[in-house]
Amino acid sequence: MRGIEIKEVTKYYGKHKALENISVNIEYGKIYGLLGRNGAGKSTLVNIISNRVFATKGEVLIDGEPAKENENALSKVFTVSEQNFLPVDMKFREAVKLTKSFFPSFDEEYALKLAGMFELDMKKKLAALSTGYNTIYKVILGLAVGTDYVIFDEPVLGLDANHRELFYKQLIERYSEQGGTFIISTHLIDECASLIERAVIIDSGKLIEDCDTEELLAGAYTVTGSAAAADAYAQGKEIIGSDAVGGLKSIYIKGKPENVPEGLEISKASLQNIFIRLTEKGQK
Amino acid sequence: MELRFDSEKPIFQQLSDWIADNIIRGAFAEGSQIPSTTEISVTYKVNPATALKAVNILVDKGVIYKKRGLGMFVSEGACEMLIKERQEEFYGSYVKTMLEEAEKLGLTKQDLINMINKA
Repeated sequence: MRGIEIKEVTKYYGKHKALENISVNIEYGKIYGLLGRNGAGKSTLVNIISNRVFATKGEVLIDGEPAKENENALSKVFTVSEQNFLPVDMKFREAVKLTKSFFPSFDEEYALKLAGMFELDMKKKLAALSTGYNTIYKVILGLAVGTDYVIFDEPVLGLDANHRELFYKQLIERYSEQGGTFIISTHLIDECASLIERAVIIDSGKLIEDCDTEELLAGAYTVTGSAAAADAYAQGKEIIGSDAVGGLKSIYIKGKPENVPEGLEISKASLQNIFIRLTEKGQK
Repeated sequence: MELRFDSEKPIFQQLSDWIADNIIRGAFAEGSQIPSTTEISVTYKVNPATALKAVNILVDKGVIYKKRGLGMFVSEGACEMLIKERQEEFYGSYVKTMLEEAEKLGLTKQDLINMINKA
């Protein structure tokens, strides 16, 4: 099968359970959002896929081959994360050359074009770059690498609004033209909600949702009105969470609205809202 | 246009309406080419599959058509077709909602007619 299969992956760090029995199929050719709060286990999962950390139980298959210590399988995956894997006394052009030597599909011309668009100072050593540019140079490598699977772990940390916009737009353009599979691991849901085709939500190491973003959005709504009326309507329905301001209450409900009484207002729940409710502590 | 993610209308529907609006407005003239799905998805930061869905709604209606390798073009008669469709939807989307709101506020039909005459 073409894609990344995460099979019953559990990871312990000492006694701390970072991931619990996670099974997800990442289909080739789609943009995924790996969504979770800080500390939910996103980076651990990313590190297991890219063989930087070993699973305690379970395994990851890339196009059907086990990823663990497997050069061929791992050559299809490129991961952009906070950690540095290139010698930091290099300059950007050298980083490009080195990355190209590992990943022949790397598009040098495009990488240099992106460096210009992001106004990256190519004379500086990587170690001398600011926090923002430390992220940017890695993001550029990820956009230009051309492997079948590219994972961005928190790709917009430290980036200003213009650079975030530029990143998302370049990602879409690249994906439209060259295809490939992109996984964006982030806690900034609103920013990427429109561009991810599938959402994988994890919370406290557990898989909570794995579905089409559109389906997730169409499968939940908000009902707002007086607390008594909203509660009465929500009774017997699958409630994700609620907010109250004075006597006004908003309840997030799974499913589709039906027979809504006068005085109650129905609106769509945003992905961000659904996410917050699903991952709220002490709500389950 | 700003996409509204909290709208009841799904994103692909909003994009499809946006293309239709531009055809009605004449910005995308009959016979002329409309932006590609890549251009639409990059401009509005949406997944290309969403943009494709938006475009396909209009292709299915015959409002736009694809020319292999060239792109998408506005059909002859598209504007009239869209206006007719919107006229049919006008009752449901505007008149009915207006009457509902008026009832909530205690306005009679005659009050509304007076307002329309005044406008």
